[in-house]
Amino acid sequence: MHLRHPHDGPGHGSAAGAAARRPDGTRRALRLGLGGPVGSGKTATVAALCRELRSELSLAVVTNDIYTREDAEFLLREAVLPPERITAVETGACPHTAIRDDISANLEAVEELEDAVGPLDLILVESGGDNLTATFSRGLVDAQIFVIDVAGGDDIPRKGGPGVTTADLLVVNKTDLAPHVGSDLSRMAADAKAQRGPLPVVFQSLREEAGVAPVAAWVRERLAAWRA
Amino acid sequence: MTRAALLLLADGRFPAGGHAHSGGAEAAVRAGRITDAASLEEFCRGRLHTSGLVAASLAAAAALGADPGELDAAADARTPSPALRAAARRLGRQLLRAGRATWPCGELDLLARRFPKGVHQPVVLGAVARAAGLEPSDAAHCAAYESVGGPATATVRLLGLDPFDATGVLARLAPATDRVAARAVRAAREALTEGVDALPAASAPLLEISAEAHAAGAGRLFAT
Repeated sequence: MHLRHPHDGPGHGSAAGAAARRPDGTRRALRLGLGGPVGSGKTATVAALCRELRSELSLAVVTNDIYTREDAEFLLREAVLPPERITAVETGACPHTAIRDDISANLEAVEELEDAVGPLDLILVESGGDNLTATFSRGLVDAQIFVIDVAGGDDIPRKGGPGVTTADLLVVNKTDLAPHVGSDLSRMAADAKAQRGPLPVVFQSLREEAGVAPVAAWVRERLAAWRA
Repeated sequence: MTRAALLLLADGRFPAGGHAHSGGAEAAVRAGRITDAASLEEFCRGRLHTSGLVAASLAAAAALGADPGELDAAADARTPSPALRAAARRLGRQLLRAGRATWPCGELDLLARRFPKGVHQPVVLGAVARAAGLEPSDAAHCAAYESVGGPATATVRLLGLDPFDATGVLARLAPATDRVAARAVRAAREALTEGVDALPAASAPLLEISAEAHAAGAGRLFAT
């Protein structure tokens, strides 16, 4: 079941979460999902994006933890955003359910953030680390980023799965580790291209100078398209 | 009405947020009170006859058309734990969102406008059942079944309990679930003339106390 009604007019009276306008008629924030396996660097990417974009955009983050508040607490410790802009959704041991099959708690969270600290330009919804089949509902997010890393095995792009194959952006993270774990980046790039066709792929190392800049550039493009 | 609407509303896959809640089972597992299918059954039996009965009567009363504001106050009075009250309102908002998208109607829109911060989930359940063309007894059955179905599913995840054993527990509780639903409907009809004080107020102090400890603790898998 999905609750998307992309052609809803002003959200007044609409129960769906994907309506482009809020009850007061203003455009709601762009919602981007970040998913991917445990330890691939989703939270680190969210933190880096917040640091990169917070001076130019009004931002908020929703985390979907397995053990409730771990990721939210990391973001709070790192002080990437004021605490009132970070919300943790509890997922009952099934993080993929909360971002795909039953998005009601996440929709509550994004709307509460817009009410409390809005107007917002961008809300990042981070999934709890799950598996290669976890993807976001289109009723929750406007676009999704799937984050994998070179240390998880350079065969992951070849194995595919809905995240690798269909995400709007695939991020291959921790490229600085490739020589140490024997991962072949050119093979990963070729496999990703074969799985994804024209969909973009970014190779990222948050420890190197470019850092999150390519992903941030992609986010700015999505935001420009959302506002157009 | 259709029977299929009842199946849809009672389905654990109905996207209204229930999957993130264990109905107190996680706290009971941690405290060593649920360890196997037998202790799960005793836990569920206790929950069914206390908070399950209260929820079923609130749902039936809402399905009969009783005032949601009065029912919400009655639910508050029957829920000592602030954590459980907050969770019930949050789940109420989530169910109302799903219900309005599934069975759009003016009555549910009005409920959302009148109570932007939400009302207790069983009250919304009754209103959604009504919007789906279901009977008060259907709403009561959904609430009573949910009161045991949630803990059973959660225990499968928490303990690695054999899922066939967990469904066996629910099957053995089915006659009691029917009786609780019937009692809830009788009380709800009485409340239409006598007021909400006629609704059952069976409480489970340990569920309330452990819900507070659970909310304050760290490292949990389920919200409640």
